[in-house]
Amino acid sequence: MADRAAFAADAMQYAPQLYSAALRMTRNAADAEDLVQETYLRGYRGFESFEAGTNLRAWLFRILTNTFINRYRAKQRRPQETDFGELEDLYLFKRVGGIDPASRSAEDQLMDIFSDDEVKSALESLPENFRLPVLLADVQEFSYKEIAEILEIPIGTVMSRLHRGRKAMQKALVDYGEARGLLRRPEGTAADDGSEVPAHG
Amino acid sequence: MGDCKETLRELEAFLDGELSEQARHTIQSHLGGCIDCLEAFDFHAELKIVIAAKCKSDEMPAGLLSRIEQCLGEDFDGDGRIG
Repeated sequence: MADRAAFAADAMQYAPQLYSAALRMTRNAADAEDLVQETYLRGYRGFESFEAGTNLRAWLFRILTNTFINRYRAKQRRPQETDFGELEDLYLFKRVGGIDPASRSAEDQLMDIFSDDEVKSALESLPENFRLPVLLADVQEFSYKEIAEILEIPIGTVMSRLHRGRKAMQKALVDYGEARGLLRRPEGTAADDGSEVPAHG
Repeated sequence: MGDCKETLRELEAFLDGELSEQARHTIQSHLGGCIDCLEAFDFHAELKIVIAAKCKSDEMPAGLLSRIEQCLGEDFDGDGRIG
């Protein structure tokens, strides 16, 4: 039996993460703020059902996610069950890898190539059923099991949505890179080193 | 030590820390001898870091914390409505 009075003391530390996740979900600062407030209110009211000693952060993210799905999805017509078709594996790697071979790490290159806003937009461009698993895994670093519990879907579904969501996010990043002329298009690169750059589309 | 196709199929589960000790070991021994796979794994490990860093860089609005605390303080009767 969790102590309600302890709720604020234990839970407030997660507010910045919850707010950031709420922004990626709602894509709107005012809605994100409302969503976080409602999450805390629901958490406070339901804190008796929280088992002390279990993962409070995952518990709060489950409330956040449920609240988002119930409240904000109603605004959309239907959650999209988008199929991205056959995006190839290693989509971004095949385009960025070797851009500046020797000296710099991929992390430095990627940090420079893409702005914060572009990476956020790439994530936010994903349909909700792919965006939430990618957000929970790659940004909030939850395990597959935790994501399965938060989203109330089987682990196998978590894995397949992560896989497809990540590929679609990489496609969006490649599109931004090309639009700004920072990534070469496949036609210009195929001949250089003799390696075949697969066409996309 | 496993081939490239099998290794790449486990890329995400490996980087997500979801493989068993034994499966990790198989991947690691392949990566030790295959520069192409090593580059792909390294790239995606770093991509994960970049995505996490860039998608977390949001400032919480000033006053949100105190608004939450105030709202919890006012829900004394626990009916879920403020006041």
